[in-house]
Amino acid sequence: MFMPLIFLGGLIFGFGLAFSHMARPEVVLAFLQFVDLGLLFVMFGAAAVTGLTFFLAPRLLEGAVLTGDPLGRRLKSFDRNVLIGGTIFGVGWGLSGICPGAAYASLGIGNLPILWAIVGMFAGAYLQGVWRSRRAATGPAATGAD
Amino acid sequence: MFTELIAASLVETLFPNGIYRYAVGGLLVGLGAAVIYLGTGIAPGASTFLESTLSYVSGQSRFQRYRPSRDWRVVFTLGIVLGAAVYGVLWQGATWTTEVQAWRLLVGGLLVGVGTRIGKGCTSGHGVCGVGSASRTSFVGVATFLLVAIGTAQLVMAVGVVP
Repeated sequence: MFMPLIFLGGLIFGFGLAFSHMARPEVVLAFLQFVDLGLLFVMFGAAAVTGLTFFLAPRLLEGAVLTGDPLGRRLKSFDRNVLIGGTIFGVGWGLSGICPGAAYASLGIGNLPILWAIVGMFAGAYLQGVWRSRRAATGPAATGAD
Repeated sequence: MFTELIAASLVETLFPNGIYRYAVGGLLVGLGAAVIYLGTGIAPGASTFLESTLSYVSGQSRFQRYRPSRDWRVVFTLGIVLGAAVYGVLWQGATWTTEVQAWRLLVGGLLVGVGTRIGKGCTSGHGVCGVGSASRTSFVGVATFLLVAIGTAQLVMAVGVVP
C-alpha cells in the first residue's frame, strides 16, 4: 500500500498545481512581477494545510497510519548553503517561472517546452552533485554537511 | 461606500483572475502532501527527485545517499504529472503550451537544479512542508528565494525580455 499512497498523494499534489495555474510559468512570472498576486494563496493555502496536519497528527496519532513511522516535522539545519542555494534558485525561478514540482505538473498539462526546464534542472542537480561529491571525497573539510 | 469602491478595485488590481483557483489549488497541494505524511510520516519535497533519480545512472556519493528513497520519489513525481494531466483533460480540454522562451527555461532550470539542491529544498520542500513545520531554516530559505526571484523577474521585465 506504500507506493499506491505515495501515488495518490502525488496525484492530488499535481492536480492542485495544475488547478492553481502554478504549472504555467507565465502565471508564476506575473506573480513575481506583481501583475497578479494570486499565487500567495497557493503558497499559504498549501502551507496552512500542512501546518495544521503537522501540528495535529503527532498529537492525535501514535505514528504514521500506514507504516507506523514517527510523525515529525520537516526541519533542516541552517547554514550558509541555505542562503547561497536559495539565491541561485531565486535567480532561476525569476528567470524562468518554474520550480521542480510545478515543472513536473506542467508536463502533465501538455506543456512540452517545459522539457527544456526539466533537462536544465537535471543538469544543474548533476553538476552540483558531482562537484560536492568530489569535495566531500577530497576536501579537508569533509563534514558531511547537508 | 467610497472606501468600499476603493477596496473592490484594489482587490481587482491585485487579483485580476480572482482567488478561487489559487486558493483551491493551494489547499489541494497541501492535501497531497498531508496524505503522504499521514500515511508514511514523510514530508515530501519535489526537488530531491532530481538527485535521487540520478542515482540510477551515476555512482556519485551525493546521489547514492538518496538510493533508499529513489523509487517512491519516481512514483510521487509520476503522480504529479498524471494528476496535472487529469486537470488538463477534464478542465483544460486541450494542451497548454508556454510562450516563455526555451533559453529562459533551460538556463532557469539549470539554476533551479543547482540552487534547490544546495539550498536544501524548493517551493514544496521549504515552502509547503518546511513552512508547515514552522522551520526557521525554511522561513529563511523561502524569504531568500522569493525575494531574489522577485528581483530577477522585475529586472527581466525591466530590460524588456518577453515572453
